Amino acid sequence: MMENERRVVSVILQNEASALSRITDLFSARGYNIESLTVAPIPESKYSRLTIATSGSVRVIEQIIKQLHKLIPVLRVYEHADLVEKEMAMVKFPITENLSDIETLSKAYNGKIVNVGNDMLIAMVADEPKRVSHYLEAVKRFNPKEIVRSGTVALER
Amino acid sequence: MQMSGAQMVIEALKHEGVDTVFGYPGGAIMNVYDEIYKQNDFQHILTRHEQAAVHAAEGYAKVTGKVGVAMVTSGPGFTNAVTGIADAYMDSIPLVVISGQVPMSLIGTDAFQEIDSVGISRSCTKHNYLVTDAADLPRVLKEAFYLAATGRPGPVHVDIPKDVTAQIAEFDYSRPVEMETYKPTTKGNARQIKKAIDAIAAAKRPLLYLGGGVINANAADEVRAFAKLTGIPAVETFMARGTMGADNPLVISMLGMHGSYAANMAMSETDLIIGLGARFDDRVTGKLSEFAKNADVIHVDIDPASISKLVNAEYPIVGDVKYVVEEMSALAKGKIDAERYAPWLETIEHFNKLHPLGYEEEPGVIKPQWVIERIGQLLGEKANISTDVGQHQMWTAQFYPFSRPRQFISSGGLGTMGFGFPAAMGVKRGDMERVSINVTGDGSILMNIQELMTSVEYKLPVINVILNNHFLGMVRQWQTLFYDKRYSETDLSMQPNWVGLVESFGGVGYNVETKEEFDAALKDAVEKNVVAMINVNVSRFENVLPMVPAGGSLFNMMLEYKDK
Ligand SMILES: Cc1ncc(C[n+]2csc(CCOP(=O)(O)OP(=O)(O)O)c2C)c(N)n1
Repeated sequence: MMENERRVVSVILQNEASALSRITDLFSARGYNIESLTVAPIPESKYSRLTIATSGSVRVIEQIIKQLHKLIPVLRVYEHADLVEKEMAMVKFPITENLSDIETLSKAYNGKIVNVGNDMLIAMVADEPKRVSHYLEAVKRFNPKEIVRSGTVALER
Repeated sequence: MQMSGAQMVIEALKHEGVDTVFGYPGGAIMNVYDEIYKQNDFQHILTRHEQAAVHAAEGYAKVTGKVGVAMVTSGPGFTNAVTGIADAYMDSIPLVVISGQVPMSLIGTDAFQEIDSVGISRSCTKHNYLVTDAADLPRVLKEAFYLAATGRPGPVHVDIPKDVTAQIAEFDYSRPVEMETYKPTTKGNARQIKKAIDAIAAAKRPLLYLGGGVINANAADEVRAFAKLTGIPAVETFMARGTMGADNPLVISMLGMHGSYAANMAMSETDLIIGLGARFDDRVTGKLSEFAKNADVIHVDIDPASISKLVNAEYPIVGDVKYVVEEMSALAKGKIDAERYAPWLETIEHFNKLHPLGYEEEPGVIKPQWVIERIGQLLGEKANISTDVGQHQMWTAQFYPFSRPRQFISSGGLGTMGFGFPAAMGVKRGDMERVSINVTGDGSILMNIQELMTSVEYKLPVINVILNNHFLGMVRQWQTLFYDKRYSETDLSMQPNWVGLVESFGGVGYNVETKEEFDAALKDAVEKNVVAMINVNVSRFENVLPMVPAGGSLFNMMLEYKDK
């Protein structure tokens, strides 16, 4: 019926053992979609910051925000309107692939080669999630062996 | 003061003014039970099943408005309690449930009677705790009671490993609750309230839609006053029965799946819903896209997540119903002209006359609806009425003349068979002055029948009235209407000897075949003031009507069903 929208929300919540599972349980129990979820403690505080990329209709997004807020350990929920969003990805390639091509391409996506071993090399990029996807598409021809994405982090402009 | 974790639990309960704990012991919680043995500050009631302990605590909480307390051991003790906890969660009942857990050193090893209790209860509690250090206990228990009772009430679960109950630490209960992350809004936004009043003044057919939140907020008096002041009629949800009082000229009975014709039509015709502590449950709205199509919505609720969850609210007001309705009354004085709604009241009166709630008498058989009406006539305000789940529950909601909030105690959101009897026991404990009746079915009563023992032992007499149709009636009704009468596994022709059953536990039993026998049995049971079971053989194929079939529109009610 309604258009699905992608949204990024940040959640500030108390650092306690079960806090993260409260969030993920909420999403699974209520059938909300999680596209990505990142979490790390906020330095020098008793809180952690979670960044959740999700999608749904306007009503669903509204519910997600309200239900997140309802969780007892949650201090604040930010629904970002204007934000800088970044995601990191690391890709492992066989050493036989063209190193300088990979390097050039990675640079274009705000990245570089971070490790070269005997039989593999690892490149890392940090960019907008959509651009990270482009990058991963583009490097397919270098036969990537392993790919890992971090999930998105975001800050309001 | 230094004390053990187990002692802290007792001390905390004392500080909270708890007079009753319902529970069942076991290995992991034994240190606490040892302390219970040594004290006289509260009574511990040993139910015969953990599910019953939680339901009893629910009944106690619902009738008193206080926080109910239940205590269980780890593993199976806790899993047995889960149904009760989930029930309380769905109906926003304030509870603190304390469970034992295996010692910290064994957690995560699949130890004997270990289960991830907080993992299980996460989705059916307002909040839960695993306490890993006795020093945290005073804070945690204080928070638990605070969380259970404030904001939108609900069950809070505290899981305590056995070694933590033995651990010695400092107990200080004087520190106020400080929860940076939990600050429920109680005062509604003044501007929104003013806008809502303007909307009411402009509406032609406003309707108060009252939910269980009104009762939780102890706001029935304020709501009645507002209705009287403005002359606006009200419908009650199942959970709100008793809010307006049965003899109040402004109440149009219950709405929803088994609501009255008038209530459902009023909801379909209104141009302004004034939702108070109600959550637009699917059993109330029927098909959402056709629900109250021409109405704007004012929605007052303490829980922001309830507002606009299913139906968009033009006037959302987050706050305590009691406070908000008081404000609304103050603003409405001299501004809202009750005359304006006179034609609307006439329309409703017309609906009422067209299809009043009723049933057909048949000679020689007892109609279940008659039994409810009769209990109402004989006991009325003097009884608290609990129910189990099924047809009898709906008939009770439809036909009992509830005159006050907290008089009707039933499992709404979860619909838990087996709720009624233990809840009625907790109700009795919370209100010893009144008669505690449990209206039940021949299916439901067997789901917590062991509580006959508790009820006898602790002198918490409950009169169980079985509307016995020899069927899982409500399921049978759906099979009749929607499954071509294929009565798959709903025939309960096989019956126990009810009188013998209750007598073997030390209570009294009655088999009733006629109306006169029913009157006599009820009078006798009330006089004897002991645990009783009145088995009433009622007509077998009676249906609960009206009925809005699941997913149907509210105004399309099945009004009668003639069995050919
Ligand atoms: C624990 C549980 N199991 C199953 C159901 C499904 N259910 C709802 S009503 C009902 C029949 C209840 O029969 P009875 O207690 O005899 O009451 P009646 O409908 O005949 O009045 C059943 C099985 C339920 N609500 N709860």
